[in-house]
Amino acid sequence: MDNRIKELVNSIKQVNTYKDINIMEVCGTHTMAISKSGLRQLLPANINLISGPGCPVCVTSIKDIDCMLEIINKHNVCVFTFGDMLRVPGSNSSLYTEKSKGKNIRICYSPTDALEFAKNNPEKNVIFVAIGFETTIPLIAVTVKRAYEENINNFYIYNTHKLIPPALDLLLSDKKVKIDGLLCPGHVSVIIGSKPYEFIPKKYNVPCVISGFEPVDILTSVKMILKQVRENHSEVQIQYSRAVREEGNPIAVSQIYDVFEKTTSEWRGLGCMPESGLRLKSEYLKFDAAKNFPVGKVHSKEHPGCECGDILKGIKRPYECKLFSKACTPGSPVGPCMVSSEGTCAAYYKYEKFNLNRKTKISGKKGG
Amino acid sequence: MCLAIPAKINKIDRNTAEVESFGVTKKVDISLTPEAKVGDYVIVHAGFAIQLMDKKDALITQGYWKDYLNGQ
Repeated sequence: MDNRIKELVNSIKQVNTYKDINIMEVCGTHTMAISKSGLRQLLPANINLISGPGCPVCVTSIKDIDCMLEIINKHNVCVFTFGDMLRVPGSNSSLYTEKSKGKNIRICYSPTDALEFAKNNPEKNVIFVAIGFETTIPLIAVTVKRAYEENINNFYIYNTHKLIPPALDLLLSDKKVKIDGLLCPGHVSVIIGSKPYEFIPKKYNVPCVISGFEPVDILTSVKMILKQVRENHSEVQIQYSRAVREEGNPIAVSQIYDVFEKTTSEWRGLGCMPESGLRLKSEYLKFDAAKNFPVGKVHSKEHPGCECGDILKGIKRPYECKLFSKACTPGSPVGPCMVSSEGTCAAYYKYEKFNLNRKTKISGKKGG
Repeated sequence: MCLAIPAKINKIDRNTAEVESFGVTKKVDISLTPEAKVGDYVIVHAGFAIQLMDKKDALITQGYWKDYLNGQ
């Protein structure tokens, strides 16, 4: 084992309080890093690292996926998407299934790839599946603004953007969820900075540490949370100071709110939350795929056995789902947490399937 | 999905910079980091630089990535 890791694990033992502590990460990249590096097994048994709604693919509502699939079936469009979205199942199909049937669905690296394609193919209607948290939203805002400035009339976005702080507020207010500390997402925080989390220590007395993605970063952040718990004190701290500034990237934030405004959004597992999503402002509505390519009423239904909702809230672990690694595997996923490369179920399946000797259930709400 | 890696800027042409990371060069949009100059390190996410990074910090992060890519 790396000496830095050994030293950190030892120093964590020194600040450990030996009462059950649930630390939630809210970033798919943290989820994968924790599973891949085996950090759960290195930490003292009273420290539970649990995953929250940190993967944008996983929290996209099934209704949004069904609507997107309806647009593809009803209208002659060319769809660009990040690869993560391709296999996420809707009620009856997925982008991947539709692609295999010959629909024009392409994977791209950047939203600007979709805009360039639209410019070069003015006869095609190009839709970019605009998914993501605050890390990705400014990029899409810049792309939409560029389409506006260059008067591009065949570029659209299907908008499913989500904002992290309102989701944390809802989670922490849920009596079924017990969270003693939050590992806040590193790259979301590059954009928004540390201030948008400050309501959490004030309202819920829960320590927050904005963490980097390496095992050393995550262990250091866990130690910072434990110190706060031990001192019965809570505040927002930045561990990932290599990239995160207190003020974030104000230019990127202003790009978001030039193009979008806050609205109610439906999250898989968490339900509808006010002010937790974004919609295009009126001057940019001509780029809205949902408005320009209407579909009838969509009737969505999730698989009745899928526990993704409770897994996204940190109430259950993947192995508490009856479908996990039986009916639901990465090759044949039932729920989004298994399909996304950064989903909690995919992380457990890939790295922790055979190492579940700490099959602990997540303990109940603090003080009750 | 919020993956981002540090890269060094080698050339700038208006809003586009040519960046290099692990020997790979790529064009990225720098309109979210307008103060970026040739020689600076930036964090790149989905074709955009989203923040500047000190050289020392960028090299530390790239070192972690090298360990990861070498399976350590």
